[in-house]
Amino acid sequence: MVYSYFPGCTLKNKAKDLDAYGRAAAKALGAELEEIPEWQCCGGVYPLSHDEIAIKLSSVRALASARDAGHDLVTICSACHNVIKRVNDDMANDEYVSTRANNYLKADGIEYHGETRVIHFLELLRDDIGYDKVKAAVKNPLKGQKIGAYYGCLLLRPSQVMAMDNAENPTIIEDLIKAVGATPVVYAQRNECCGAYLTMEDSSVPEKRVKSILENAKANGADTVVTACPLCYYNLKKHSEGTGVTVRYFTEVLAEALGVKEEM
Amino acid sequence: MQRIGVFVCHCGTNIAATVDVKAVAKAMEKEPGVVFSTDYTYMCSEAGQTLVQDSIKKYGLTGVVICSCSPHMHELTFQKAIAKAGLNPYMLEIANIREQCSWVTKDIKVATEKAIVLARAAVAKVVLNSPLTSGTTQVTKRALVIGGGIAGMQTALDIAEAGFKVDLVEKNPSIGGKMAQLDKTFPTLDCASCIVTPKMVDVGQNENIRILSYSEVAEVSGFVGNFDVKIKRKARYVDEDKCTGCGACTEKCPMKKIPNEFNHNLNNRSCIYIPFAQAVPKVATIDPRYCLMLNKGKCGICSKVCQAGAINYKAKDEYIEEKYGAIVVATGYEQIKVDKYDEYAYSQSPDVVTSLEYERLMNAAGPTNGHLLRPSDGKEPKKIVWIQCVGSRETCDPTKGPARGKPYCSKVCCMYTAKQAILTKDHYPDTDLYVFYIDVRTPGKNFDEFYRRAVEQYNVHYIKGQVGKVTPENGKLMVQGSDLLLGEQVHIEADMVVLSAAIEPSPTARPLATMLTTQMDTNDFFTEAHPKLRPVESATAGIFLSGMCQGPKDIPETVAQASAAAAKVIGLLCKKELTNNACVAHPNEMMCNGCSQCQGVCPYGAITYVEKEFRMPDRTTKVRRVAQVNEAVCQGCGACTVTCPSGAMDLRGFSNQEIMAEVDAICQ
Amino acid sequence: MASNYEVTKDEILAISGVNPLKCMQCGKCSGTCPAYDEMEYHPNQFVLMVERGEIDKLMASKSIYKCMSCMACIERCPRQVEPAKLVEAIRLAVIRKQGQNHLIPDDVPAKLDPDLPQQALVSAFRKYTK
Repeated sequence: MVYSYFPGCTLKNKAKDLDAYGRAAAKALGAELEEIPEWQCCGGVYPLSHDEIAIKLSSVRALASARDAGHDLVTICSACHNVIKRVNDDMANDEYVSTRANNYLKADGIEYHGETRVIHFLELLRDDIGYDKVKAAVKNPLKGQKIGAYYGCLLLRPSQVMAMDNAENPTIIEDLIKAVGATPVVYAQRNECCGAYLTMEDSSVPEKRVKSILENAKANGADTVVTACPLCYYNLKKHSEGTGVTVRYFTEVLAEALGVKEEM
Repeated sequence: MQRIGVFVCHCGTNIAATVDVKAVAKAMEKEPGVVFSTDYTYMCSEAGQTLVQDSIKKYGLTGVVICSCSPHMHELTFQKAIAKAGLNPYMLEIANIREQCSWVTKDIKVATEKAIVLARAAVAKVVLNSPLTSGTTQVTKRALVIGGGIAGMQTALDIAEAGFKVDLVEKNPSIGGKMAQLDKTFPTLDCASCIVTPKMVDVGQNENIRILSYSEVAEVSGFVGNFDVKIKRKARYVDEDKCTGCGACTEKCPMKKIPNEFNHNLNNRSCIYIPFAQAVPKVATIDPRYCLMLNKGKCGICSKVCQAGAINYKAKDEYIEEKYGAIVVATGYEQIKVDKYDEYAYSQSPDVVTSLEYERLMNAAGPTNGHLLRPSDGKEPKKIVWIQCVGSRETCDPTKGPARGKPYCSKVCCMYTAKQAILTKDHYPDTDLYVFYIDVRTPGKNFDEFYRRAVEQYNVHYIKGQVGKVTPENGKLMVQGSDLLLGEQVHIEADMVVLSAAIEPSPTARPLATMLTTQMDTNDFFTEAHPKLRPVESATAGIFLSGMCQGPKDIPETVAQASAAAAKVIGLLCKKELTNNACVAHPNEMMCNGCSQCQGVCPYGAITYVEKEFRMPDRTTKVRRVAQVNEAVCQGCGACTVTCPSGAMDLRGFSNQEIMAEVDAICQ
Repeated sequence: MASNYEVTKDEILAISGVNPLKCMQCGKCSGTCPAYDEMEYHPNQFVLMVERGEIDKLMASKSIYKCMSCMACIERCPRQVEPAKLVEAIRLAVIRKQGQNHLIPDDVPAKLDPDLPQQALVSAFRKYTK
């Protein structure tokens, strides 16, 4: 299976691990991630205002590129996924946005109406490959590890658009944790915000947020939490000291279980 | 030659403010056949009716057109009025210039033009009308009540008291419904069991009532006065007549880990079970999903211990067929599943419970024998938080995806929450209780006084605001919510959280509505025939509504509605005979080609085929197969007339010719 | 846009696409908001104040830079009001004015640490500057 892949800025730089482990795991599972040529930054955050059009265009270009290649579009970064998936939904369902965006893109010879299927790498694993196949491919089952999934906000919300899982009781990462042989730890704060970009403004807020998240994970028995978002990873890791919880990318844990981590 | 009179109603300003009624009356004077045309303020008033009757005599009218409200409203009124003046009631046409014209149009010119067109169509039709006479049918003196909760039981008892036979169908092994699961009732705090179980006994002992428990309605046909109903009696693998309810089988049954639905799965029951001590009928039922004998052919212990020899593993679902004059729907409600609201951690902690689960935890016959204990560790909770409106009062904007909850107020939650809090404080005075609410709604006799008691006498902390998140941690439930009056975000370390989850109609209601051809609203509540004036009747004749199936209501309201529905049923069953619909289908036998298509589409089974001898033009005879309509059964729906390929089937009062005349008049 | 230009309620409604009349003031947004304690005006108040036309007060408040766009209020609102979109609209109304950028590029180097992901920078610029 070949997929169009949108890595995003951070995965090319500070979150190289998230990207590299993801690619290695995909390869081991028979999925090829073909990077979109000349992709541009997704914008980092989806504009919540209704009148911002221009900043959605880079996502539309990536979406049109995947459509023209005849592939589904895969992302690993939660933030890129949120932006691209929601822009895709706008292009399909919001006439105001799609008309204006297409007017801008006429100059590039692009017309796009939400044709591409956008999935997160987790959905690729769950829905296209199947967790049973992932499980079968595990070489080093992570027995005894107690791992809490940290979803944050961007994978799940708003649920009508993201449509990945039950936004209040998700299982997609827990089921992956099971597939790699570890024990998933469910804790309520797994879909509460880490503090996000407020870290630029006032890092005391992420500090408070992370404390309550990791304490809740720890109290429920987790020794590790995994995330799909570089900014969550940064905030969680920065304020994890003294909590006794290790913060990792979910792709790293997957690559380790599949036995492809050392190859890199 | 027909002589038609046209009467244009103002309906106060309902019509006259938007339609130039005088212009309509004037325009009708020129229509062919019209000999008199006038307008009046309220045509349905006594003076208005007299005007119509006097005009019939004065002008020798043979047909009448009333331009007024919907025929649903007053067709019958005017039919009676013209009959008194000597006309056949079917020589009347109503032009609906209110609901279909003045109420939906703002421009007087446009509305007046439309009213004229509608009136002209009615005139074109009434000219072609011919007098019709109605037949009569007998009424089956037996009623069917569907649902054995407090609503169904009350309705059944009242009908039975009047001397009519009633069959009470209940899908569960026992009647009693949700009320049998409640602890106490607001605002009097009388014990629910103490008042509902005697009622169950009354039902069980009433000679006019037959309880069909563990049964479901499978098929319904027929019409008011003469319904044919097929009822599925699910195999309970226990002979109801032989079983004495001794309970020996339930004690010896080796399968004891079956979730006990009567206790909302808070504890377990055996596979062969009697749902609760006061069950009616008090007989055992085998749960076929888990029975070792039924699934693996091993065990058979219950059969061995049964002194009465009541166990029958070979039992099969059975169907019975019965005729009824009236049917009452009393299918009740369920609480919504709260798994979409996991910000409240219901699926993450056993100490987060729904309000119905909390009822069982307080109930002396419940899983903890009335001792309030946390499901997680069996300890007494000290701090309890109630969250109101879980899934109630939510918007459904279809453009933003499916809503999680229901748009309506569930009505009973504010009061039962106050009740649960008061009872908790009564038994455990050292507990600390919090109620997060949006609005406290207490309209009802002694209701607000009761809620104030919870605040003033029991010091229950009411917080105006909603909970955003419940986080289970270290054996506590960290509740984060807003206190809107203080302007603070509050954090409470609770031992238990109770969710006042929205109520919704029983999932059995929708398929039943289809079988009964009754209407439901978008929330799957049954629609009453008129929201104010006919609250216990459905729009389908002979089908009545009782209890929560029609909308959220508390026990007193349910019982009142149940008795009202019974009164309507009794009124119907008392009748010697029912007047049939005169507008029935009739075939032109010369044109009928015997294809049977009409028979196939008739929802009432009113059409049969007979072999009949016909004289041919050459004086020979020929036997042909032709359709016949049972006029007592035909409801005049017209399905056969549009299906008939040769145009042989026609509907009296709505003939093809009459309808085409209306269309032509509109297209003029 | 001149800096003395007064932003109207209608403009905020147009930017956000929100109808504040749908709000029943249940307070669930404020009960769920992770930045509640940082804010002078809370999510439910944002909705009410926009409805009452108190746009100036909101524009002058630091609360508009505290929302983390976590969308919990959007997800959990029983009336589908989407309070975060109003916060975003007010913030945009401020920073779209000349010279009102909340994050000054020259100040950024001091805020960086070696592990800070690009995503944080890009997002902060999107949220705080025009």
